[in-house]
Amino acid sequence: MGVETQNLLMNYLPILIFLGIAVAMSTVFTVAAFIFSKKAPNAEKLSAYECGFEAFGDARVRFDVQFYLVAILFIIFDLEVAFLFPWAVSLSSIGMFGFWSMLLFLGFLLIGFIYEWKKGALEWQ
Amino acid sequence: MIYTFGFYLFSSILLASSIMVVFARNPVHSVLFLILAFFNTAGLFVLLGAEFLGMILVIVYVGAVAVLFLFVVMMLNIHMAELKYKLKEHLPIGLMVGIVLFIELIMAFIGWSVADGRAELASPTPAGIENSVALGQLIYTKYFMLFQLSGLVLLVAMIGSIVLTLNHRKGIKKQNIADQVARSRDEAVKLVDVPIGKGV
Repeated sequence: MGVETQNLLMNYLPILIFLGIAVAMSTVFTVAAFIFSKKAPNAEKLSAYECGFEAFGDARVRFDVQFYLVAILFIIFDLEVAFLFPWAVSLSSIGMFGFWSMLLFLGFLLIGFIYEWKKGALEWQ
Repeated sequence: MIYTFGFYLFSSILLASSIMVVFARNPVHSVLFLILAFFNTAGLFVLLGAEFLGMILVIVYVGAVAVLFLFVVMMLNIHMAELKYKLKEHLPIGLMVGIVLFIELIMAFIGWSVADGRAELASPTPAGIENSVALGQLIYTKYFMLFQLSGLVLLVAMIGSIVLTLNHRKGIKKQNIADQVARSRDEAVKLVDVPIGKGV
């Protein structure tokens, strides 16, 4: 492991410590609740309660496919933004070619964006 | 020391959660274990010095792909009772895919171990250049074609998902805010003088 990587990892040490504290605290809370709580188990406590009558449906109903469409369109633009990050920090060294290469990439996605706008995919119905 | 500790922590949780992805009975639990696996992979990437990839894994895979998987699980409408534990039926196919992936991994490892200049390949970035800067210097110029192809793949994905899933419903009432704002008082309200005792 090089010195560079070591320096990089030192930046992440607080996150590791934070992670450790988070794990420790959540473990302590869970275990403490398990040990110190009063227990009076009853089958009725676990049964579904739906305003007095028996539950007549599954909680897991079919989703509308529209949610999926929104999520997939989100992912695509998420990736587009992910590509913008290294471009932005290295713009000074990649020159005009790198600049226009990104604009071409954005142009492709702009075509898709216009298509979905005109098609009405962004409108909730 | 911390490096070794981190490596074993992340990779052991990664292995355990990937096994749980396969063996969890509830598909939603599988997706949640997959998210845990993504997080640990991000940790391993950071340990390797591939900082940018680790962060992208968290943003894209945990933030978006996992949500998509959850939607898919919800849309498939799997009933818990119907979902029998069919390990024996799926074992041959799963094993085949696993073996193919394992062979690929071995080939990648062999290819790497005989490659020229692997001392340079082993360190993710040249000295003095940050990880994301180093990536940016390569992606947009040296790998121009691949970058543009990825843009085209995204375009195809966008158009494909719209074509497959978008259906316009007939006869829904929509709110047109511009119409509402453009309405004036004159076309909406009328003042009527009502004679007493006669009604409108």
